[in-house]
Amino acid sequence: MDARSLSIDGLPVPFDDGQTIMDASLAAGIFIPHLCHHPQFTPQGSCKLCTVRANGRYVSACTMPASEGMEVESNTPELNDKRRTMLQMLFVEGNHFCPSCEKSGDCLLQALAYELEMLGPHFPQFYPDRPVDASHPDVLLDFNRCILCELCVRASRDVDGKSVFALSGRGIGKHLIVNAESGRLADTDFSLADKAAHVCPVGVIIAKRRGFAVPIGQRRFDGEPISRRVDWLARRRADDEEEQ
Amino acid sequence: MTIVDTLEDGPTCDQDRLADLLQPVLARHGSDPLRLLQILRDVQDDLGYLPPAALTSIARAVGLPRARVEGVAGFYAFLHLVPAGRYRVLFSDNIIDRMLGSEELLDRLCNRLWIEPGKVSEDGLVSVDRTSCTGMGDQGPALLVNGRPLTRMSAERIDRLAELIRAQAPLEDWPAEYFAVEDNIRRRDVLLGTRWPAGEAIGAAIARGEEALLAEMSASNLRGRGGAGFTTHVKWESARRAPCREGSRARYVVCNADEGEPGTFKDRVLLTAHPDLLFDGMTVAALAIGACRGLVYLRGEYAYLLPELRATLEARRRSGLLGEAICGRPDFTFDIDIHLGAGAYVCGEETALLESLEGKRGVPRNRPPFPVSEGYLRQPTVVNNVETLCKAAVIAIRGGDWFAGLGTRQSTGSKLLSVSGDVDRPGIYEYPFGVPVNQVLKDCGASDAQAVQVSGPSGTCLARHEFSRRIAFEDVPTAGAIMVFAGHRDMFEVARNFAHFFAHESCGFCTPCRVGTALVARCMDKIANGHGSQYEINEIFRIHRLLHAASHCGLGQTACNALFDTLHKFRPAYERRLRSLDFEPGFDLDRALAAARQMTGRDDPAAHFEPTPAGGR
Repeated sequence: MDARSLSIDGLPVPFDDGQTIMDASLAAGIFIPHLCHHPQFTPQGSCKLCTVRANGRYVSACTMPASEGMEVESNTPELNDKRRTMLQMLFVEGNHFCPSCEKSGDCLLQALAYELEMLGPHFPQFYPDRPVDASHPDVLLDFNRCILCELCVRASRDVDGKSVFALSGRGIGKHLIVNAESGRLADTDFSLADKAAHVCPVGVIIAKRRGFAVPIGQRRFDGEPISRRVDWLARRRADDEEEQ
Repeated sequence: MTIVDTLEDGPTCDQDRLADLLQPVLARHGSDPLRLLQILRDVQDDLGYLPPAALTSIARAVGLPRARVEGVAGFYAFLHLVPAGRYRVLFSDNIIDRMLGSEELLDRLCNRLWIEPGKVSEDGLVSVDRTSCTGMGDQGPALLVNGRPLTRMSAERIDRLAELIRAQAPLEDWPAEYFAVEDNIRRRDVLLGTRWPAGEAIGAAIARGEEALLAEMSASNLRGRGGAGFTTHVKWESARRAPCREGSRARYVVCNADEGEPGTFKDRVLLTAHPDLLFDGMTVAALAIGACRGLVYLRGEYAYLLPELRATLEARRRSGLLGEAICGRPDFTFDIDIHLGAGAYVCGEETALLESLEGKRGVPRNRPPFPVSEGYLRQPTVVNNVETLCKAAVIAIRGGDWFAGLGTRQSTGSKLLSVSGDVDRPGIYEYPFGVPVNQVLKDCGASDAQAVQVSGPSGTCLARHEFSRRIAFEDVPTAGAIMVFAGHRDMFEVARNFAHFFAHESCGFCTPCRVGTALVARCMDKIANGHGSQYEINEIFRIHRLLHAASHCGLGQTACNALFDTLHKFRPAYERRLRSLDFEPGFDLDRALAAARQMTGRDDPAAHFEPTPAGGR
């Protein structure tokens, strides 16, 4: 049987049964912006950065099953404008200060903002009050930077079998919590060796005493834009940390 | 209530005592994680709120990570993670309640009780806050006290309420008339105008047989009454054909009684006046798809209906209309359980409803798969609205052709409308589909309507020149809400109320809806505060386009509909507020000084930077 294929921005892309548009694009080396997607975990489709038009309908590339002959538009001015707007929403929703952030240069949010030529946050800031949790001996949690992608939630639940993280609240009040009556990470069974310690695409989960181990200028997205790192995005696995 | 005081001691919290308190609730629900939301509701009923230690114990008992339990508790507006007072007063905050004076009454009650809205009194006695529409638009202003609805509030009643609360009178001793909820049925057609004996529809369905029953459903062309208008028989056929998961034969019938669309209350009346017809409809659906279990998801605001509904179910079990061998048919086993919501509009979305039924956060699922193939517990499930199921029961009795003879070609049968606002006779009106809006306005006594919001904040806002349009899927579709606004009403304030509603009810799952609805609400406030410009109008349009395209579910996709409509049809209501047509900063130095004024107790001219612009809250 012939390989099945869809098209992304006019390019033919093969896919296997059960693959989503995102799976097919990553395998083919085509960049579709995304934040909450990670090839190791069940797709959830919440950040909406991967919104594409499939046969004219807006869908999330990471959750939409690929189908034969599907025509996908992704890299268009209209979609990139929507993605830029959603990035700006994420920036004003939290408290993001790239120049002082340990994750600068390795941060997917920052890399996408550069990629999509976001020049400023545009919207008025929300300035939420989100105290940091420095209770754990090895890890700092800086909730100010959380984009609610749930990668740590999924990693801790599905890989580590611990469910250290969960979401509470709703709407603009939605926030990350940890699995302890005290609300402190130190009172959970979280460990730096957990998968969940290494999946945060932004700078929420930070290893202590390792600040700036890689100098600025030599970090993952310092040399090349994220759109040229599809190979890395596609093969992210349990080896996330070793990659760094 | 001494329990709560004990628990508040923190480290000295009496774990044994807490365990004693939780034990009966957990036993009642079999410590079933699928019943987590029900457990949390019941524990809060006992304790007044959900203390951290209680969440830990519940998590242990149901075998879920504590954080997951806290996440569920934190999702629902009616569940409190911090003490919220022994009397929790929530004013229904739909625009209709506001038009009836709810904001003035809220201020009055707060004044009488010496508290601020949204905060608990220092003695922990009472809190007063707002909540989304409680489904009493025809008898507002309405409020909830500890989950129980009070209607037709007035200044006099509010003063009495304050006295009762200060005297710490138990709710049972409050005047019964405060809790009276009327049906207000104003126009009856085939459904409301007929007596439907319990079980008649089931007997008729069994006599027809499953295949013939589905053929009648197909002939009826019944479409969902919850808003989306999906053809019911297609849902039923799909669920009937969908394979169950391995090793199971379970299919489910779920009744969506989460009537959360502001301005809608027809399902409340059906649940009150025709509960047997609804349960007949669910049983008929069960026969059609081969389900053995039904679940009603009843919105938390309607919890007061629960005892009566449970009694009806019990009576049906006794008379062989539920349970085993229903109506004497040996292979037909079906029973119904009722789950309560806890203040989350998004749970009216069918996949969010299923998540909530499974005891989780009410977040809409990714689709496909659809509930007909993977619904409750990932089994084939039919989710139908209350009115849809009542209509299905009627079709089982009278047949599909009879039903299709009513209404219009694409919108067969009758429709229940919940009419409220500036009308002489608010209440329930049943019409054949296709009725023109101006006919409804004439019948309910709306002599001076400038606008009609059809199907709630997510629906369509009609201006005067559109009143000849018809209520039907072909023209103006509706889940049932008709909110009428007279000439003197400010359509900007209507839209601003709706903007805050969506910001409050967004589940927060996807970026555009979570942040976009909050940004739109801020834009509307900025305009209301006299700092608006054409810039804000453009921003609203831009966010509207984004939400429409990229939101995860219907809530976000429709969140700006009313703003879009009013901006087009009632532009002057916005423009007279705009300070300039370019840009105005949102920062207001005088407003920023408000906190300092409050702290120093000053409000003299020297404590102000400049006179505050007109408008605003």
